[in-house]
Amino acid sequence: MPVKTLTIDGQLITSPAEQTVLDAARLHGIKIPTLCHLDGVSEVGACRLCLVEIAGSNKLAPSCLTAVAEGMAVTTNSPRLQEYRKMIVELLFAERNHVCSVCVANAHCELQDLATAVGMDHVRFEYQFPKLPVDVSHDQFGIDHNRCVMCTRCVRVCDEVEGAHTWDVAGRGHNARVITDLNQPWGDADTCTSCGKCVQACPTGALFRQGATVAEMEKDKQKLAYLVESRARRASK
Amino acid sequence: MDLAELNEVAESERSRQKPMRIRCCTAAGCVSSGSLAVKQALDRAIVERGLNDYVQACSVGCLRLCCAGPLVQVDPSQELFEEVKPDQAPTIVQSLLARSASDGVKRGNPAMPFFAKQQPIVLENSGIVEPERIESYIAAGGYRALQQAIREMSPAEVVDAVTKSGLRGRGGAGYPTGVKWSLVAKMPGAQKYVVCNADEGDPGAFMDRSVLESDPHRVLEGMAIAAYAVGATQGFVYVRGEYPLAIHRLQVAIKQANKLGLLGSGIFESPVNFRIDLRIGAGAFVCGEETALIASIEGKRGTPTARPPYPAEKGLWSCPTLINNVETFANIPPILNKGADWFASIGTAKSKGTKVFALAGKIRYTGLVEVPMGMPLRTIVEDLGGGAPDGGTIKAVQTGGPSGGCIPAPLLDTPVDYESLQAVGSIMGSGGMIVMDQTTNMVEVAKYFMEFCMDESCGKCVPCRAGTVQLHRLLTRIAAGDASQAEIKQLEVLCDMVKHTSLCGLGQSAPNPVLSTLRYFRQEYDQSIKKGRISLI
Repeated sequence: MPVKTLTIDGQLITSPAEQTVLDAARLHGIKIPTLCHLDGVSEVGACRLCLVEIAGSNKLAPSCLTAVAEGMAVTTNSPRLQEYRKMIVELLFAERNHVCSVCVANAHCELQDLATAVGMDHVRFEYQFPKLPVDVSHDQFGIDHNRCVMCTRCVRVCDEVEGAHTWDVAGRGHNARVITDLNQPWGDADTCTSCGKCVQACPTGALFRQGATVAEMEKDKQKLAYLVESRARRASK
Repeated sequence: MDLAELNEVAESERSRQKPMRIRCCTAAGCVSSGSLAVKQALDRAIVERGLNDYVQACSVGCLRLCCAGPLVQVDPSQELFEEVKPDQAPTIVQSLLARSASDGVKRGNPAMPFFAKQQPIVLENSGIVEPERIESYIAAGGYRALQQAIREMSPAEVVDAVTKSGLRGRGGAGYPTGVKWSLVAKMPGAQKYVVCNADEGDPGAFMDRSVLESDPHRVLEGMAIAAYAVGATQGFVYVRGEYPLAIHRLQVAIKQANKLGLLGSGIFESPVNFRIDLRIGAGAFVCGEETALIASIEGKRGTPTARPPYPAEKGLWSCPTLINNVETFANIPPILNKGADWFASIGTAKSKGTKVFALAGKIRYTGLVEVPMGMPLRTIVEDLGGGAPDGGTIKAVQTGGPSGGCIPAPLLDTPVDYESLQAVGSIMGSGGMIVMDQTTNMVEVAKYFMEFCMDESCGKCVPCRAGTVQLHRLLTRIAAGDASQAEIKQLEVLCDMVKHTSLCGLGQSAPNPVLSTLRYFRQEYDQSIKKGRISLI
């Protein structure tokens, strides 16, 4: 197996050639914040939280989509990157209606964890307070668009792991929304297998199991990764 | 089809042409002001006068001086008629026989700087050939370059010629075209694609539309040469749905070229196959970004993906794909016909050839101009464009659309080339050039472009989706006089963040109009701040 040697935050590390900078960093205990990344599904590089500086390049690179290279010198946590990350998280909080105190995912929310991690103490941007619907037409699950961060993890897990492709994105820019089938109520979406993988994949309380109340919606990310890994193992046998 | 047959087509077309031609512009601008009725009236007037054997009226492409349409020009006298109405057709036909000084038809001056200072290469056939007749293009020397490439040159020689010419991408970024071609040519794989990006979307830009409406075969020929050079068998023209006339003319052109064996299988009786299909955009500006364009052609949602991998390596259906802009392809046939050295002798050291600009805004002569690279901006707007109308003064020139910037009047002596425009905080862009006069509020300009980017953001990455919303809000507050000085600071900080963290070119360049107006017109931002308001942050 070809191996590359590189430095991340001054730490000399070795990594298999096909690994991304994000994987390599995590393997060596270096934390890079992410939101749209989910173990077991493809990368889209959309949240821009995992951007890193690479010596010799004037552009920031998404570590989830950048392959390691020999002699690469990566900085994951410069003051500039910290500031950008903080602004990205603030932009997300200002974009929709994230009210932790009444959220099913309170204390189990990746957005909340990110806010803590980047040291967000207030939001300097104007809250948009969009009027967004909640769809509880499905008999087990619900989606609250107020809490969606458009990471598209539900879209990818449904397409790539479950193979149903119930979820997709409609609309453009700030009007973009995740939708089920052809923008029907979730309960009417014929393709939905009710597997619940989207609910597990969702980083916030946007997708939830009905009946859960404040802070009860704990999600099991490991299950998805385990499922994908064991499938790959079986396929290689 | 071989060379002899091509020459035969050209010869028979030339013998068909009458001694006098009345060329009537039927590109979208003049059509919208009624040029189709003018053309019909001219046809009738010629018949009524019994001049069928001497005079013909033909539908040609853009005659460039769009502000004076419908335009009619006469061969061989080159007399130019402006703002022609259908009832003036008999007078125009009569004037061919006996010149009369005052007959009520407005005449233009074909020797005025607007025309005289242009150097048409891309537009050399525009307004001369009939865009819906392939014979007309062939008679003007069309498909000669393709014949030469396929029958007399190796693919590597074609790539070398393009590299030597110094041609750079006309879509805006200015990537060396020869390098791009050689990248795709060197990629392994049996299936490769050539894509023409005709998703022109910058506000105020209509160069590509005019080229497609005026001379579609030239673009097809350029694509076919590219396909031969890189080894592609399938091409796509991705044209925006808002251009129905360009789409129609492309459809006609592809059909005609297929029929004559200039596209399709066995081009010029060689083993070279190249098929071109159209893909119509559905109104998303972001689909002009190459990775989003590829997704759209594949039938997916038009959202950009991270580069690398670049399309040259992994493009359409993960195959090596060459994507060039309309104007880039239109430059290819003349480079092969007249030689790379000839092309490289035009322009500046780093920017070769000419550039087509769509002159618009507060300027006397609006329309299409093609000028050699390196011409000072002042020459374009003051000499060709005739300066600001109604005694106004030019305040700034906006190039590059929502990705570009505003160049203030004191910097009008900046030569128009890729590097110089970048140095003053703008970009070459695809060729939109909007002139602003002293009445223009620059904060409003920045706000307008930010609104455009906000609406056109695909919504995939956070900085562009949510950042443009906040930038637009800040600009709205500043323009309304509701903002504090701290909000200008915040505007700058957020611009920096959106520019450096966005996923694709749309987001990365969305702050440019703000940054350039902040750089040159800071006082207008400061003046907009409410006096006496206490800054809380």
